[in-house]
Amino acid sequence: MALPVMFRRSLLAIALGVGVSGTAAAQERELLNSSYDIARELFAAINPEFQAWWQEEHGEEIEISQSHGGSSAQARALLQGLRADVVTFNQVTDVQVLADAGLVAEDWQDAFDNNASPYYSTTAFLVRKDNPKGIESWDDLVEEDVELVFPNPKTSGNGRYTYLAAWGFADNEFDGDEEQIKDFMRTFLANVEVFDTGGRGATTSFIERGIGDVLISFESEVNNIRSEYGSDDYEVIVPPVSILAEFPVAVVEEYAERNGNSDLAQSYLEYLYTEEIQRLLAGFNYRVHNEAVVEEFADQYPETELLEVDDVFGSWDEAMETHFEGGALLDQLQRR
Amino acid sequence: MRRIGDAPLIRRLLIGAALVLSALFLLLPLVAIFAQAFSQGMLVFWENVSNTFTLHAIGLTLMIALLTIPVCLVFGVALAWLVTRFSFPGRRILQTLIDIPFAVSPVVAGLIYLLLYGRNGWIGSWLDSYDIQLMFSWPGILMVTIFVTCPFVARELIPLMQAQGSREEEAAVTLGASGWTMFRRVTLPNIRWALLYGVILTNARAVGEFGAVSVVSGAIRGKTNTLPLHLEQLYQDYNAVGAFACAALLALIALLTLAAKAGLEWRAAHQEAFA
Amino acid sequence: MSQLAFRRSGSTHVLPGFGLSMGISVLFISLVLLLPLTGLFGQLAGLSFAEYWAIITEGRVVASYMVTIGAAAVAALVNAVFGLLLAWVLVRYEFPGRRLLDALMDLPFALPTAVAGITLATMYASSGWMGRLLEPLGFQVAYTWVGIALAMAFTSIPFVVRTVQPVLEDLPAEVDEAAMTLGATDGVGFRRVILPHIWPALVTGTGLAFVRSLGEFGAIIFIAGNMPYETEITALMIFVKLQEYDYVGASAIASVVLFVSLTLLLVINIWQGRFIRRLHGGKG
Repeated sequence: MALPVMFRRSLLAIALGVGVSGTAAAQERELLNSSYDIARELFAAINPEFQAWWQEEHGEEIEISQSHGGSSAQARALLQGLRADVVTFNQVTDVQVLADAGLVAEDWQDAFDNNASPYYSTTAFLVRKDNPKGIESWDDLVEEDVELVFPNPKTSGNGRYTYLAAWGFADNEFDGDEEQIKDFMRTFLANVEVFDTGGRGATTSFIERGIGDVLISFESEVNNIRSEYGSDDYEVIVPPVSILAEFPVAVVEEYAERNGNSDLAQSYLEYLYTEEIQRLLAGFNYRVHNEAVVEEFADQYPETELLEVDDVFGSWDEAMETHFEGGALLDQLQRR
Repeated sequence: MRRIGDAPLIRRLLIGAALVLSALFLLLPLVAIFAQAFSQGMLVFWENVSNTFTLHAIGLTLMIALLTIPVCLVFGVALAWLVTRFSFPGRRILQTLIDIPFAVSPVVAGLIYLLLYGRNGWIGSWLDSYDIQLMFSWPGILMVTIFVTCPFVARELIPLMQAQGSREEEAAVTLGASGWTMFRRVTLPNIRWALLYGVILTNARAVGEFGAVSVVSGAIRGKTNTLPLHLEQLYQDYNAVGAFACAALLALIALLTLAAKAGLEWRAAHQEAFA
Repeated sequence: MSQLAFRRSGSTHVLPGFGLSMGISVLFISLVLLLPLTGLFGQLAGLSFAEYWAIITEGRVVASYMVTIGAAAVAALVNAVFGLLLAWVLVRYEFPGRRLLDALMDLPFALPTAVAGITLATMYASSGWMGRLLEPLGFQVAYTWVGIALAMAFTSIPFVVRTVQPVLEDLPAEVDEAAMTLGATDGVGFRRVILPHIWPALVTGTGLAFVRSLGEFGAIIFIAGNMPYETEITALMIFVKLQEYDYVGASAIASVVLFVSLTLLLVINIWQGRFIRRLHGGKG
């Protein structure tokens, strides 16, 4: 009976190992930031800055952990008990869900400047070298021979922004004539070559697998992709009209309090508004509010009219209800 | 005497077809994993593997597998003993119930655990009031891994024990052996290869589970990230080489699994020959 | 054929451990398998039948059943042929590399599905090793239902091989010698003599492969393309509902898959039970 002995030994080793790591973690306070998928590199850059700053200010060493996933999936995980101290999402509705459940304060949008959105972006296009299909704006995307790649609006906040931006454009173009807008959207959706479940999957399809003529994603993301994969092979097109994509943040009061991290969580999010971090955000091609930084990076951001979800669709709740829920407009437009 | 399919032409044709198809269908993907992982040289591969987060993911993944195996082993042996040695009403149902994990899509497996043990679930909310958190920490990962892997040992043992019948065991008991002695002296030697094979399959699945774990893990780097989850994250971060480095590690575990299994079969065959 | 030598020992109850093994099994099955499932059905309890029916028969969901079942059926049939060929070659012929080939058969079980998924997607994309060869010929595999079937076939091939192999091994040499002495050609001999012996195993293996394909997610999702009505599998529909916080919808669709899979498995189990008894009756 050598087997059980072996197991017993390894169990013991594991129990010890877990115990040791448990006590080690107890010595330092640990902040957990739940964030959207594509922000991994961003927060990997921000966190050491904050750790150093906090150490200097308070003489305390802290640890910061990151959990990333689709913004909606992350919100769901928090509802089910993922004890994050702060959320940094890419969609207002996902924070609102937490507020409705009482995890986040009702007035979370007033807790920090700019609707609690320390940075923002918009939806833009990435096209192949020399822009062979001559893509300039949304109406070029419904041409017959244009193939599109963007993530599924059902599973991705990024995809939802793309859908809403296209709708907003058509709404302007056709003066709100619903039938014409729907026709436009039908063609737009039919031109999609592959629907990945998330933004990064769409990038892989476009870059690594060479599918499609246009990749639609956040402006920050398409710029990052271009610098990652060679600025000679791709071009970024920012359409003259697009949508304002906010990246809301909030302290998850219920969990932060339990974890004894309330002060840490508040400072962490405030820190995102400092000039230093705003510059860092601009370096990741996000648009920021700090005026000095905005001036510094002015060349980086083409002028574009940014539609707001609240103006075009009433509110995020209404947009979700009329467009994205089961059987709503998105489903109807894709029906055949 | 000639047997069906012994004609040299047919023989060569069939062997050739089997080899070509297997090479294209099974071997080539394996080669592709390692080719991708080493596409930027040994050094980059090593950098990716020795990264703190990757090392932690490897540790967590192995720990989960080590904890899963004994649980599945005890359950598998008990169930196989029950359904092959006794007949009682509901036997067939019981045998089908253990196939539930095969019938449930892994994502759903994660979901049902989350619904029960999450903060809003009826057990989860009760545990929450004692400040006990199972989901989004390693116990949650362990629980869904056990769910997904529990049929393997039982499924390996049942056909074998059914085929062997219970005459030897009955004889041992009739001769006055205690239950434990009978199990150790008679049953265990008969089933040990199948048992080990079941353990190997359990281990392979426990190490590789993705769908169910992704729902309950929270994917906190350096905390609750298993190797397959880490692989997906790297893939998403445009680090294809890093992703395939993890894939290569997992493939390596798979290959070791296959080697262990082949070794076991070889030993089993030899023992049979001597017996 | 001799009489059933395989006695059902249970009725005698000489053997110890009934209570213990029953206790462990029932406790484990209840706690680990059934209790969590109550969560699934708890979600469904709030639905009227009409609402439930509306969710599971929604157009796009029905289209996903078609894609999943169609691709799984193709994968299972391909595997039936390919798996039979492999089992036959492994059992009947001795050739260099046979043991290696035999070991390779379990690779899809041992390889994590996510690894299989990204690897197949990378290989069959137009820039990949296989895609580069196939696409100029007009075969597009990645992002079509062919890709889905391919991923399903990859993950489920061991079921067929490993079910047919032992039966072929147990087949006594006299069986086909008899056929050959009667002057039958190889083809006729195989069809008339071998096939009747192995077809229960072949059906079982193919059935298991089919069930496995119905639930597969990790390996398929990377290569599927996920276009509504065309290349969306049912597991993805469940995933989509989850992303929308629609637990009820996800549970409803999951319950359909669960019901179909369990029914098929029950049928296979009953079938297999009979077939094993007959097989060993024959040997004993």
